[in-house]
Amino acid sequence: MSQRKIRVLVAKPGLDGHDRGAKVIARALRDAGMEVIYTGLRQTPEMIAAAALQEDVDAVGVSILSGAHNTLCPRIIELLKEKGLNDCLVLVGGIVPQEDLPKLKEAGVAEVFLPGTSTEDIVSFLRQNVKPRE
Amino acid sequence: MPQIKESSSPAEKERERWDEETLKPTLAKVAERKQSFQTVSLADVNRLYSPADIQDLDFDKDISFPGEFPYTRGIHPTGYRGKLWTMRQFAGFSTPEETNARFKYLLAQGQTGLSVAYDLPTLMGYDADSPLSEGEVGKCGVAVSSLSDMEVLFSGIPLEEVTVSQTINAPASVLLAMYLVVAGKQRASWEKISGTLQNDILKEYIAQKEWIYPIKPAMKLVVDTFEFCTERVPRYNPVSVSGYHIREAGATAVQELAFTLRDGIEYVAWGVEAGLDVDRFVPRISFFFNAHNDFFEEIAKYRAARRIWAREMKSRFGSNQPRTLQMRFHTQTAGVSLTVQQPLNNIVRVAIQALAGVLGGTQSLHTDAYDEALALPTDRAALIALRTQQIIAEETGVVNTIDPLGGSYYLESLTEKMEQEALDYFRKIDAMGGMVAAIEKGFPQREIQDSAYQYQKAVERGEQVIVGVNKYTMTDEPAEVPILVIDESVRDHQVERLEQTRTRRDKGGVANALDKLRLAAQRKENTMPATIEAVSAYATLGEICSALRDVYGIYEEPAF
Repeated sequence: MSQRKIRVLVAKPGLDGHDRGAKVIARALRDAGMEVIYTGLRQTPEMIAAAALQEDVDAVGVSILSGAHNTLCPRIIELLKEKGLNDCLVLVGGIVPQEDLPKLKEAGVAEVFLPGTSTEDIVSFLRQNVKPRE
Repeated sequence: MPQIKESSSPAEKERERWDEETLKPTLAKVAERKQSFQTVSLADVNRLYSPADIQDLDFDKDISFPGEFPYTRGIHPTGYRGKLWTMRQFAGFSTPEETNARFKYLLAQGQTGLSVAYDLPTLMGYDADSPLSEGEVGKCGVAVSSLSDMEVLFSGIPLEEVTVSQTINAPASVLLAMYLVVAGKQRASWEKISGTLQNDILKEYIAQKEWIYPIKPAMKLVVDTFEFCTERVPRYNPVSVSGYHIREAGATAVQELAFTLRDGIEYVAWGVEAGLDVDRFVPRISFFFNAHNDFFEEIAKYRAARRIWAREMKSRFGSNQPRTLQMRFHTQTAGVSLTVQQPLNNIVRVAIQALAGVLGGTQSLHTDAYDEALALPTDRAALIALRTQQIIAEETGVVNTIDPLGGSYYLESLTEKMEQEALDYFRKIDAMGGMVAAIEKGFPQREIQDSAYQYQKAVERGEQVIVGVNKYTMTDEPAEVPILVIDESVRDHQVERLEQTRTRRDKGGVANALDKLRLAAQRKENTMPATIEAVSAYATLGEICSALRDVYGIYEEPAF
C-alpha cells in the first residue's frame, strides 16, 4: 500500500492581491510531488477552513503580506479546529515582524516562513511534520 | 585558425583578432569564474562589448540628441542641468491625520512632491467599517472612506503648489473626484493643479490583482477620467502606466518593458476609439517603472522605453507632436529586492537602484526605505531613503551631463536588444487582438509567473546571489531595527469618523447622487460628473463602488 501524497491548501486570505509568493510555493510543492490546491485571492477564514475540510488536506499554507496576520491566522486555526481538523498544519509565509512570531506560534501556527526562505526548506518542513496517513 | 568571414566588418575583424591573440591565451591559463554570466532577469551577458556590437545602430535614427526623436537620451535638452527629478516618496499609513503629519514632515525635509499610499480596503473600494476590512485598515497605507477623510489628509497642504501622486486603481475615479473636491474647497484652480493618478487597471489584472469590475467597464472608467481631465484638469496626469508591479510580481526587465508599453498603447487605442484627440490626451499619460538590481539592464530599459514609445506613437497613431512622443516616467526602487536579513544592506541596494533610475533619466523617483521588507517605514528609515536621493543629486556629479552612459558599447547594444525583444512581445499581443484580449487569455500573467518561478529556482541553486540570504549569511544577525506598528485602534478611529459623516450628511442627497451615477454608468455616459456629485454629498467610497458594481458586476479571475 503506497503512502498517500501530502495534500496542501495554499491560501491567500485578506484583501491583498500580491500572489507571487503563493504561486511560486504552489508550483514548488507540486514539483516536489505534493498535491496542491490554490484557493485564489481574497478568501475569508471561513472559506479557507471549508476548503481545507473539503479537500482533506494535511496542511494549509497561508500567504499574507499585508500585516493582517494577527487577525486572520488565529481565526483560520480556530475554524479548522471547529471542523475537527486538529492535525492540519498551518504554515504562514509573508511579511511578519519578529515580535509577532511568538503570538502566532501560540495561536497554533506550525511555522512562519519569512522572506528569503528557500522553497526546499518548506518542502522538507512539510515532509517532516505532516502526520503520515494511508 | 578559425576562418574569418568574408563579410566581417573591420570592427568585427578587430574583435576576432582580440579573441584570438589576447583572450584565448588567458582563458587557456585561467578559466572564468562561471560558465555563463546573467542579469537578474536571467538574460545572458557577453564577455565584452565593442564597436562590432553597435555597428548596425545609426546615431541619428536610433540614439540622437536629448530632446529629439526618438528620445533615447532623454526628453529634456538640458537633462538634470535644467531641473532635477522630483523626489517623491510614497507615503501613507494609519489615519489621515498621521499621514498628513508624515507629508508635512517630508515636505519640510526638502521633498518636492507627494505620493499617497492607500490601505487595502480603500484600494479595493471598501469602507473602513466593512467586515472585509477587518485587520487591514490603515495597514498598507492610509485609510480613506469618504471626503471627510480626504479633507483631513490634505489639510494645510496647498494643492495648487504641491503635485500629488495617488496610487489608486480600481476605484481611481472616486479618489480623483475626492481630490478635486478638496482642491476646490481650498480654492485651488482645476486649471492649475497638477499631479498623477495611477489609474492603471490593466496591470491590476496582469500583476497586482486589486480589481473590482470586469476589464471592459473598468477600461471605460479609465477613459472617463482621460476625457474629464483633458477638458477640466488639463495639467493633471490621469494615468501612470505601471511596470513597477509587473516587475515585482516576477517579470523580467524585458517583460516589464513590453507589457507596460503595450498597456500604454492599449490606453491610447481606447482613448482614440472614444473620440479623443491623440495629441491632446497622450501628453498627459505618464509611466512608472521599477529600478531593480541589475544596473545596466535597468538603464537600458528606460532608454529603450523612451525610444519604443516615440516610435509607436508615431507609427501606430500618426503623431508628430513632441509632447505625445516623449515618454515621461516615475521610478521606484525594487521592493522585492529588499531583504529581511541584515536590513541595513537595503540602504546600499536602494542607492544603486536609484542611481540606475537617474542615469536612465527618470522624471521622478521614490527610494524605498531599508525596513520595507519588515513593515511600513519608520520616520528614520524614510528620511535615509530621501537623503539617498539628495546625495545622488548633490554629491555624485552624475547630474552634470546628460545621459552620461550614452555611447557605451554595452549599454547601446543592450538598449537595442531589449527594444527588439519588447517588439517581439508586441507582435504576439497584437496577434491576440490587443492587451485586453491577451489578459483575458492569461498570457502576460503566465509569462510573469513562469519568470518568477525560474528566478526563485536560480536563487535556490545559488546562481543568483542575494547577499545575506543565500551567501554571506549570518547566524547572529546584527541588532534588529525598530519597525512601525499600526494597531487596531486605527480602525475604530476611522469607523467613528465614518459614522459621524453618515449621520451628518443629507441622506436624500446621497441616494439621489448614487442613482444618478448608476444611470450614467448604464447609459455609458462619462461617470466623472456624477462621481464628483456623489463624493460632494459625502457618499462613501464603498457606497459609490457598490453602485457601480450594481451596473458593471465584478471581476472573477479565471484559473491560469
